[in-house]
Amino acid sequence: MAQIRIENVRKDFGSFNAVKSSSFTIEDGEFFMLLGPSGCGKTTTLRMMAGLELPTSGEIYIDGQEVGQKPASQRDIAFVFQMFALYPHMNVRKNISYPLYSQGMAKADVTRKVSEVAEILGITEILDRPVGGLSGGDRQRVALGRAIVRDPKAFFMDEPLGALDAEFREHMSAELRALHDRMGATTVYVTHDQLEAMQMGDKIVVMNHGVVEQFGIPQQIYDWPATKFVAEFIGSPPMNFLEFNGTVGKGAETIELGDASFAIPRQLDGVSGALTLGVRPEHAHLNDASAYRGEVVAAEYLGTTQIVTLRTEHGRVKARIPSHVKVREGERTGLDFDARTLTLFDATSGRALRSDANQEVLNHG
Amino acid sequence: MSFSATEPSIRTKWFAGLLVIGYAIVTLIPLLWIIATGFKSPADSIAYPPVVVFEPTLEGYVNLFTDRTRATEQMLDDAGPPTTWYEQIARDRGTVISGPSRYGERFLNSVIIGFGSTALCMILGTMAAYAFSRFKVPLKDDLLFFILSTRMMPPIAVAIPIFLMFRNLGLNDTHLGMILLYTAVNLSLSVWLLKGFIDEIPVEYEEAALIDGYTRFQAFYKVVLPQAATGIASTAIFCLIFAWNEYAFAVLLTSGNAQTAPPFIPTIIGVSGKDWPAVAAGATIFLVPVMVFTILLRKHLLRGITFGAVRK
Repeated sequence: MAQIRIENVRKDFGSFNAVKSSSFTIEDGEFFMLLGPSGCGKTTTLRMMAGLELPTSGEIYIDGQEVGQKPASQRDIAFVFQMFALYPHMNVRKNISYPLYSQGMAKADVTRKVSEVAEILGITEILDRPVGGLSGGDRQRVALGRAIVRDPKAFFMDEPLGALDAEFREHMSAELRALHDRMGATTVYVTHDQLEAMQMGDKIVVMNHGVVEQFGIPQQIYDWPATKFVAEFIGSPPMNFLEFNGTVGKGAETIELGDASFAIPRQLDGVSGALTLGVRPEHAHLNDASAYRGEVVAAEYLGTTQIVTLRTEHGRVKARIPSHVKVREGERTGLDFDARTLTLFDATSGRALRSDANQEVLNHG
Repeated sequence: MSFSATEPSIRTKWFAGLLVIGYAIVTLIPLLWIIATGFKSPADSIAYPPVVVFEPTLEGYVNLFTDRTRATEQMLDDAGPPTTWYEQIARDRGTVISGPSRYGERFLNSVIIGFGSTALCMILGTMAAYAFSRFKVPLKDDLLFFILSTRMMPPIAVAIPIFLMFRNLGLNDTHLGMILLYTAVNLSLSVWLLKGFIDEIPVEYEEAALIDGYTRFQAFYKVVLPQAATGIASTAIFCLIFAWNEYAFAVLLTSGNAQTAPPFIPTIIGVSGKDWPAVAAGATIFLVPVMVFTILLRKHLLRGITFGAVRK
């Protein structure tokens, strides 16, 4: 098992720049998520770590060894493909044992190893079946079996649950996480599903347009997004943005939004111009006493909570409130925000402004 | 255009079936006629009106494989009574067998050259097709077009330059020369066909093999080739059929040493009158290898082994 370090890695395909100078470190034994929308460079980054693409520049260290320009076969890692890529001309047993034969392992050891792995994954009874007729879940297990059978330095997974039905996905993601905890192996997992990333990951890297937007543990990223992109990409519904022009002095603890004034975490830098106030839906509350007014446009019932959409003079705001609160469309009401959870963004650069609350998260990312 | 999703009626099925059977009979008649002629006597073979029911004889086959001379009384006396069935057949026609004909040798040449060029064509073709399919080859599209363009005229149009080239290289009337020639003609077809088949194989299989610790070349022959088996089999059949049946270059470039069966078969006719049964027998035997090859590879043609292993 190993630490993986990416330093200033860049990848160009012809004139197209897929990954721009990414750097981050994946600690030994971590379940690490590469998260981003399609085309953001997350899969390319993973493939560079695996050796399926060679970086245009930069270094990749696996277990302290620089492997950036080495082929995949020399990196001692395992890869689970989205489409599983089981060898169609071999049965389950041969598929799982295939990586062992390349190492020249003795036949008896291979048989023992394969049955061990099959035991772990619960696929002993299908070992002699061809892979063609297997269900999605079984194929997934066989693909995992092929990955874990050789005790690699790291597992790389490219949206391994993407090809499964929604129902089965839930089950498989729990199985995967349990398997990871059992093996304690460094795992790098690519997904575009923010829920999956937060559910399963020890750490998350959020990428967009080939750039690492933020890097950290799920809750830090959710609570203190470094950019407007991260704030919007993570969370459902996403963070609300209230756009306004104003000035925030160094050390300011309130901002003026129209006639209302809101308390915010103490700001560390003074800025003026186009700004954005970011509020998570669960941190917005209906409060008739508040000076900040909005008109209810819609309410979506979600069981224990409801999402109420309000129109304010700075844009629409979605609030997640208990479902027993009665709201009517067209009603005008006051709006309150949890002071200690707010993030201010520079609207032009999209970057979060540093405050007492988020400086720790932003500094280390 | 719309397609009906309902099952065709019984009458439609019968009609379609009869149509197919009728077409098959029409196309098979010349073949059956050749096979039948091989077992006719010379007289039956040129009888008019043609005979359909006849007494079969192996005379054509005996004549195909032997050289014979017209027997004088003296020779018959010297030879003594016939000891084998084929000598008996020759004697009945007033001839004695003077030795084996060259058909066996010519047939063997056809086998060497036909299968040799097919094998070479498959080796070069799969590797070239794989490279075109998977790697960034400079000027890829132009190269592929150039390769195809070699088939835009009948190959025989370049017979004279090839003849001169072969003469200078000492390849005239050699097995190697004919293998190279047929390979050159077939290669464009095989590269194009095989590239199509290899394009269909998801690249993840090779990547999985690379990750599993195999080299690029091992991934190619352990993972890609087995899955391209269908494509390789059908391409090989096309290549073999061309090389096997090729006549014009064989006439031009081969004579004593490397002559193949197609230019030899017509020469059988001239030895002693119009020996159609021997010609038909030669043609019948000549059909067998291609038929066997096709039947052997048929299961590869029909089997879609990649089905279901990758979800798309």
